[in-house]
Amino acid sequence: MTLKTVGLALAALGGAAMFAPAMAQNEQYVPILSYRTGPYAVNGAPYADGVSDYYNLVNLRDGGINGVKLQIEECETGYATDKGVECYERMKGKGPTGASFFNPLSTGITFALTDKTLQDKIPIITMGYGRADSKNGAVFAYNFPLLGTYWSAADIAMQHIAKELGGEGNLKGKKIALVFHDSPYGKEPIPTLEVLAKKNGFTFIPIPVTHPGVEQKSQWLRIRQERPDYVLLWGWGVMNGTSINEAASVAYPRDKIIGVWWSGAEPDVAPAGAQATGYKALMLQHGAGEFGVHGAIKQHVPNRLGKENFGQVLYNRGVVNAMLGVEAIRTAQKRFGNKPLTGEQIRWGLENLDLSAARLKELGFEGMMRPVKISCGDHEGARDGRVQQWDGKKWNIISDWYTARQDVTEPLVKDISAKYAAEKKITPRDCSKAD
Amino acid sequence: MLYRETGQYKTSYAADSVIFPIRQDRIGVMIVLAIAFVFMPLMMAFKIPPFRNDYILLAILLPFLILSLAAIGANILIGYCGQISLGSGAFMAIGAYMAYKFGTGISEIGLPPLPIVVSILLGGFSAAFVGILFGLPSLRIKGLYLAVATLAAQFFFDWVFLRVKWFTNYAPSGSVSAPELKFFGYLVSTPIEKYLVALIFVTIFALIAKNLVRGNIGRQWMAIRDMDIAAELMGIRPLVAKLTAFAVSSFIIGVAGALWAFLRLGTWEPLAFDINRSLELLFMVIIGGLGSILGSFLGAAFILILPILLIVVPAEIGLPITTETVSHLQFIIFGAMICFLLIKEPLGFARLWQIGKEKLRMWPFPY
Repeated sequence: MTLKTVGLALAALGGAAMFAPAMAQNEQYVPILSYRTGPYAVNGAPYADGVSDYYNLVNLRDGGINGVKLQIEECETGYATDKGVECYERMKGKGPTGASFFNPLSTGITFALTDKTLQDKIPIITMGYGRADSKNGAVFAYNFPLLGTYWSAADIAMQHIAKELGGEGNLKGKKIALVFHDSPYGKEPIPTLEVLAKKNGFTFIPIPVTHPGVEQKSQWLRIRQERPDYVLLWGWGVMNGTSINEAASVAYPRDKIIGVWWSGAEPDVAPAGAQATGYKALMLQHGAGEFGVHGAIKQHVPNRLGKENFGQVLYNRGVVNAMLGVEAIRTAQKRFGNKPLTGEQIRWGLENLDLSAARLKELGFEGMMRPVKISCGDHEGARDGRVQQWDGKKWNIISDWYTARQDVTEPLVKDISAKYAAEKKITPRDCSKAD
Repeated sequence: MLYRETGQYKTSYAADSVIFPIRQDRIGVMIVLAIAFVFMPLMMAFKIPPFRNDYILLAILLPFLILSLAAIGANILIGYCGQISLGSGAFMAIGAYMAYKFGTGISEIGLPPLPIVVSILLGGFSAAFVGILFGLPSLRIKGLYLAVATLAAQFFFDWVFLRVKWFTNYAPSGSVSAPELKFFGYLVSTPIEKYLVALIFVTIFALIAKNLVRGNIGRQWMAIRDMDIAAELMGIRPLVAKLTAFAVSSFIIGVAGALWAFLRLGTWEPLAFDINRSLELLFMVIIGGLGSILGSFLGAAFILILPILLIVVPAEIGLPITTETVSHLQFIIFGAMICFLLIKEPLGFARLWQIGKEKLRMWPFPY
């Protein structure tokens, strides 16, 4: 190789990197961290499509939020923490006012960004995932685990099991196994389940599965030996389908498996085919299906990304997630004016987000989710869920609404967030004085 | 012309045994250090483009420095001593987790939280200790078989840091967070400060490594690499040579791991140091140049920065391609470039640099 070619190649790359396009001044920069490649792409892609389509809907139908257009950019993280951090550093300062908020769709990246976002004053929205203790907004000012944390999920799952068994008293002496992705994501529900095991007198068996989760023979062999009464599944990506297949091969009844809301989408059950029939999963409020907002997307977004996954569980979750972000910006605009806002101002919008049933109907989300109200002490806002069951073709809702019991999770939230505050030397805000 | 050493007479032993015997090299290193220590922070402080925000500092320069340090460590073992290792990621993890344990205090033995520099160095020493343990098989097995033995270290420590809760101070999620970064009473928090801390560590360890490899011990390593039986017959003890290589290499990689965790990630989980990290370091060493300190830096730059450029450049010039396509293209182009580079220059960037220097010696009158 000649030195000239190396030199020319470097110069070309460097020159191109210097060249940056001019930016519009009246736009709100909204980054999307997504993953459309890697072992988690089957779940990452429909979600990212939903997020992207809703932002485009806001731009194309309403011309942005009160005239402020959304400037959207996507960055591929591949679910890897270091790539996610790189994306964050690249995107946080873009646009006239910097990034509005981040939405990493990875608990690992959420953990890594939690300190950084506090310093950079950019909110981090982790709808249905992330650090469960960040519900406590007094300590975690910039984290918003909207609509449900893993601790709420674990409690909802146990409530459903208790109901199927005919009462909480019947949990005594039962065996509940948790098959989990061995990462911060999968480990999060363990404290809640341990508390509930003590309270209700069941045996709790945690069974870890190594990333990415395509090898689970030994785990399911152990389940065959232990014969738990129920198996909770905390998987993601290719791990979910593998779990269901392995359950079938050890003949563990699928209707005794309850997945978390990240293990309850179409890509998780479809590869398992008929073997997945009967499998149950929690719902993060919404399920699959088309609602008012889907009609609007069909009508106003001609080049929508959601095609075969349109109306699927994860696509819908992306839409809900994008809507919450947009409404937070709208809330913040009421106070700070209809202009591009900084992350700090949007944080205020998130903390004062209040979506009534009427407002949800207006937005086209009626039937998809319940009203939600965020406050300083409660960054989760709502902790409701239902259970759905896969019949081989589609998800059917089989339960009524459950609400996670605060008396179970709240002591844990207080305890672990206080530990974090002490470790990071954060003085918790006084929520009675927060504006 | 530019690179002629004619007329540079060495009149003392001291002058003959300096690290950079050629004046041009000394000046070059000084300029690079001046840019790194003075010019870059100044550019950053005044936000002169391309330093509009701290992206370049935090997402490119900081990881580049730390991975270069890790690559130097890997190069000592693989490039200088010829012992193929696939366990570099594990040694980084040991450095990171042990530095975390020392930095937060080990209550079981009544050890209070230690200062951060001491913790990072102790993290390095822990890695060195484990490195020696896993280096023992190298006395019996060689080549690819040794690679498999070090691979065992990788998987073993992935498992340990996932399962043994003691290492994560019993964090419910298994994810740990760096202690307060106080260096000699000074709290490091801004990007410039983090960059400078990493730079100081890298400069010191690169100089130490450069000195080691040209001295007695480095020559022992290279003798073992080139032909171990001949080296043994010449009186070099393989036990000492191989184990020192493992120790020094693991120590540097461990320090790099601690810096990666503390300065770059802040909060991390074992996945940050998985097998991919080991392979990445191996590629850096091979592409940069086996047995070259400079090559470690060049290899790290190539492996780290090129994929980022391949993603950023199409977006910046406004090419209408989807994120998905871009990331697939990135894999294709990056893979193709590695193949091309290794076919055209199997000895890596360090060799290219050497060719360049030889050409500059004659330039502009080559014959």
